[in-house]
Amino acid sequence: MSNGQGQATATEPRVESTASRLRELVAHLRQQRAQLREEWARLITEAQLLTAMTKEEIFAEATSVYDNYVEALETGTYEALQAYARNLSERIIPRGVETHEVVGIVLLLRDVLARSLFAKYHEDFTKLNRILDAYEPAANRIAITVAVGFVQERERIIREQQEAIRELSTPVLQVRERLLILPIIGVIDPQRARQLTEQLLRGIRTNRAKVVVLDITGVPYIDSPVANHLVQTVEAARLLGAIVIVTGLSPEIAQTLVNIGVDLGKMNTVGDLQGGIEEAERLLGYKVVLTRESAAQPA
Amino acid sequence: MQVPILKQGPYLIATVQSALTDDDLKELRNVLVEKVGHLRSRGVIVDVTALDVIDSFATRTLRDVAHMIRLRGAETVIVGIQPEVAFSMVKLGLTLEGVATSLDLEEGLAYLGRPGKASGREGRSDTG
Amino acid sequence: MPVGADVDIVTARQKGRELAAQCGLSSTDLAVVATAISELARNIVRYAVRGEIVLRRVENGTKRGIEVVATDDGPGISDVPLAMQDGYSTSGGLGLGLPGVRRLMDEFDIVSRFGKGTTVTVKKWRR
Repeated sequence: MSNGQGQATATEPRVESTASRLRELVAHLRQQRAQLREEWARLITEAQLLTAMTKEEIFAEATSVYDNYVEALETGTYEALQAYARNLSERIIPRGVETHEVVGIVLLLRDVLARSLFAKYHEDFTKLNRILDAYEPAANRIAITVAVGFVQERERIIREQQEAIRELSTPVLQVRERLLILPIIGVIDPQRARQLTEQLLRGIRTNRAKVVVLDITGVPYIDSPVANHLVQTVEAARLLGAIVIVTGLSPEIAQTLVNIGVDLGKMNTVGDLQGGIEEAERLLGYKVVLTRESAAQPA
Repeated sequence: MQVPILKQGPYLIATVQSALTDDDLKELRNVLVEKVGHLRSRGVIVDVTALDVIDSFATRTLRDVAHMIRLRGAETVIVGIQPEVAFSMVKLGLTLEGVATSLDLEEGLAYLGRPGKASGREGRSDTG
Repeated sequence: MPVGADVDIVTARQKGRELAAQCGLSSTDLAVVATAISELARNIVRYAVRGEIVLRRVENGTKRGIEVVATDDGPGISDVPLAMQDGYSTSGGLGLGLPGVRRLMDEFDIVSRFGKGTTVTVKKWRR
């Protein structure tokens, strides 16, 4: 409630007393550790949180969360807790633990500890209030730290999975020596476009490809940034010494390419994938000959 | 930084070995254009595998090398552009238009030695 | 780091690549950042003669990346929007410098005062 410079001098002893109250609080929580932890673990089970974990696992995690919690209260620093929360999240996310469960258990612990403070100081209401003044902001900050840590870890995992899916969604197939095919299916967003370029260019290098057929029959439409990106990819491939043949352009995509003013001299296009492969084989000097066996009519 | 230039039969092979300053690039251009006439080479390969950046100046110099060498009656192929470098070049708007490129030295030699190239698109400037 | 000569361009982009690697950028983005720095450093050497390039890590929430600030006290750019168009150049170069750098990077900011100098700030985030 400091609302001016006159109050500034009064802040220092106030900080001092907050620290001493937190010390008193921490001492109490350490002393009551076994009992409070037990109580907390019981409430977690009762509230049907962390159902994916066994009783023993819950108890083990509860112990370390408890100790990290008290330590954060004591030191007023949250880095260790943050690191612990991230580590914990990394372990429990694959087990299917949900955000509401993590937030739920931290809030339960906050309440268990608050109750024990009520019990200890219920006869001295003024003191209880002061202790809670010190406890509540710290406890809320801890809850936020753990929740945010969990959510960030989840987001990181989701990003990784997206990346993995994207990679799978753009296979680079070698069909003949020096000939690659990239069949693209589905919408190309800017991120997928970037990945497509990287995979295509690396594929050229690792497979020593000379011709790449990029088949976009399965792509319904592209916007102009992605169309530009596609054109740039074709140019980059040429810098590596490879020719890209684009096949299966839909009328919509053809329209987009015309709208961005693509230089058709730079873009090698063939109507469909079959035609593209035939053109690629021609460029590579292959000649496909129909043998008598395969030409024979079924009996 | 000197770029070693090797004479291999009718070809000159310049292998860039580390990052080049603008002056190094100009020097390389001058030496190649001079040597190609002096040694009566039919083709020049510039191997840029070791370059981790090819910016606008380097691109312009490489393009100039190719054009000047064409005017001197020989052909140039740039080989070994790395995927990341190629990507950065096109993003920057540089495409080395009109300059031949190949995957690596082996491919570059195959390109220069390809059959029937005299009747190809560079026939007009081929003074032999 | 100060930029005043040819060799500084090479040094600046190598330092930039190193820092970008420490920031965890992908190999493609390392080349992208190094190329952008090369262009910015060259603009300093060519138009302003002297200037400096500052490289630093940046963070924004969960995003991490690298920031490059190129400053010079050269003649400045009289018409920034014009300089940001492809094909514009006053020194006989390819004239792709600034718009190209903007395409390479995720964030691009330019402040130029005619007669006072130019500051270009660019950022690339880790993906």
